[in-house]
Amino acid sequence: MRGARRLVVPQVLRDVLAQRSGRIGFVIVCLHLSVAVAAPMITPQDPAHQDAAAMLQSPSWAHWFGTDRLGRDVFSRTLLGGREAMLIATMATIIAMVWGSALGILTALIGGRTDAIVMRFVDAMMSIPWILMVMLFVAALGSNSAALVPVLGFSYGLSVVYLARAAALDFVARDFVVAAQIRGHARWSIALTELLPNVRDSLAVQGAMQWSWILLAVSSLSFLGMGVAPPTPDWGQMIADARGIMQRAPWALIWPMLALSSLVIGMNLAVDAWARATGVDRNRRVPGA
Amino acid sequence: MAAVLLQRIGLALVTMVIIAVVVFFALELMPGDACSVNLGRGASDSMLAACHARLGLDRPPIWRFVTWAGDFLRGDLGISMQRERPITEIVGWRLRNTLILAGVTSVIGIPLALGLGVLAGLNPDGPLDMAISGVAIFAMTVPEFISGTLMILVFSVILGWAAGVVTIGYKAPAFELVKASILPAATLVFILAAHILRMVRASVIEVMQSDFVQMARLKGASRRRIIWHHVVPNALLPAISIIGLTMAWLLGGVVIVESVFNFPGLGRLAVDAVADQDLPLVQAIALLFGLIYVLTNLGADLVALILNPRLRTRRQ
Repeated sequence: MRGARRLVVPQVLRDVLAQRSGRIGFVIVCLHLSVAVAAPMITPQDPAHQDAAAMLQSPSWAHWFGTDRLGRDVFSRTLLGGREAMLIATMATIIAMVWGSALGILTALIGGRTDAIVMRFVDAMMSIPWILMVMLFVAALGSNSAALVPVLGFSYGLSVVYLARAAALDFVARDFVVAAQIRGHARWSIALTELLPNVRDSLAVQGAMQWSWILLAVSSLSFLGMGVAPPTPDWGQMIADARGIMQRAPWALIWPMLALSSLVIGMNLAVDAWARATGVDRNRRVPGA
Repeated sequence: MAAVLLQRIGLALVTMVIIAVVVFFALELMPGDACSVNLGRGASDSMLAACHARLGLDRPPIWRFVTWAGDFLRGDLGISMQRERPITEIVGWRLRNTLILAGVTSVIGIPLALGLGVLAGLNPDGPLDMAISGVAIFAMTVPEFISGTLMILVFSVILGWAAGVVTIGYKAPAFELVKASILPAATLVFILAAHILRMVRASVIEVMQSDFVQMARLKGASRRRIIWHHVVPNALLPAISIIGLTMAWLLGGVVIVESVFNFPGLGRLAVDAVADQDLPLVQAIALLFGLIYVLTNLGADLVALILNPRLRTRRQ
C-alpha cells in the first residue's frame, strides 16, 4: 500500500484535469493563487494612496480599472484584495479540519452515549447561524483579523465533525478496526492508523470546500465591516465601499465582485472534479452548511 | 405516533437549552464583559464596579444564566447597553419585519423551488435541467452580498424598476414592508430556491427509477398520472425536512441581505449591535434566531409526520 500511494497523487491530478470543468476550475484557482502570491511585486501603484485629483476616474492607461471614491487605483487594490482573506481562510481551515476530524473520528469510534451527547451539542451549535456565532465573538473581541482565525476555525469545524464522523462510521465495524481493538491498540492509535487513512480523501475534499466557504465568510464579514480592516485592501470591503457610487463608478464595484466570484466558482468546479476523481460522495450534505 | 411526537418536542427543548448555554457561556469565556467592552480601556475601577453592580455582573455566572434564561422565557430580554432601553422594545418591531421578509421569501421561494426541482428532475441532463441547475449552482456559489448588490445594480440602477435600498422606518405598516421587501426577498429566493431545488431534483430522479414507478409505467398509466400521483408526492416528502434545515442558512443570509438593502430587521440590528459592541443585545438576537430555527424545524418535522405515515412508527 505504502509504495502505491506515492503514485496516486499525480494520478488524482490527472483525473481532475481529464474533466473539462476540472481543467477550468484548476486553471482559475492557480491563476488566483499566483496573483495573490505575486501581487505585492506586480501592483503598479500603492493601493492605499489617495489622490484627490483623480477620484472616480473611469478606466484609463494610468488606472486600468479606474479609481474609487478616494482616488485609489482599483487595479492594484483588486490584485491585492484577496490576500488577507485567503490567508485567514487557510489558517482557519487548518484549525477547523484538525479539531473537527479528530473529534468526529473519535466520537464515531467510541460510539454509544458519548457519541450521542457530542452530536447533540454539535447539532445545537450548528443551529445558530454561523454569522451570529461569529458576530457574538466579534462583539466581545472587537473586529480584527487575528481574532477571526480561531473563531472561524471553531465555527466551521462543527460541520467537519459531522462529516468526519459519518465517513468514519463506514469503517468502525470493519474487521481491521475490530482486529486492532482486540490487539489492544489505544483509541487514538486506531483513529490515526486505521481510520484516518480511509477517510483521508473525504476529508481532503471537504477541506478544500471549507476553504472556499470560510473565504466567503471572511469576505462577507469584511463587507459588513467586521473582517479585514482598512487600509489593507479586501474585496468584500471594496464592494461595500463602492456600493454607494455604483451609478457613477461601476468599475470600482464590478472588478472586486468578478475577482471573488471567479475564485469561488473556480474552486467549486475544481473540488467537484476532484470529488468525482476520488469517488467521494459530495452529496452527503451537512445540514446548515 | 404520540411517542414519536413527544420525542421530537423533547429534542427541540434540549437543543434550545444547549443553544442558550452556548450563547451565554461563549461570552463568559472571553476576556472582558459587557461593562469593560462598553466603557472601553479608559474605565476606572470604580466605574467598572458601579456598572457591574447595575447589571448584576458581580453575581456568580450560574446565577446570572438562570435569571437571564428565566427572564427570556417571560419575554424580558434584558437592557441594551448602548441604547439604554429594554431589548424587548428594540427587538419587537424588527422581529416582525424580519418575519415579513422571511415570509415573503418562503411563499415565493418554496413553491418555485419545488416546481423547478420537479421539472429539472423529470428530464435530467436535458436542456431545461441544464439551464435550471446551472443557474442554481451559480446562486449557491456566489455570496449573498454579491447577488444582492447585483440585484440593486440591475433592477434599480440600470432598469429602475424598484428602489435599491429600503428607506422606510422600522415601525412602517406591514403592507409597506411587503412592498419594500421585493428586492431583498428576490435575493433570498434566488439562493433559497437553489438549495431546495437541488434536493428535489435528486429526489425526483431517485423516485423515477423506483419499482413502483416502473410498475405504474408497465400497467399503462399515463405520464401525467405517473408524475402527479406517484412521483410528486413521494419526491416532495423528503423535501419538507430539507426546507427546515435550509432555515439555518436563510436566517444567516437574512443578516447579510438586510444589511445590503438597509432593511430594518433583526439581522441589520445584529450588525449594528456588533458595531456598537452591545453584548446583551447581540446575545438576545442570537438566542432569538436559535429559537426561530428550532421552531421551524420542529414545525417541518411535524408536517412531515402528518404527511408521511412511514415516519410515524420509525424508532431511533
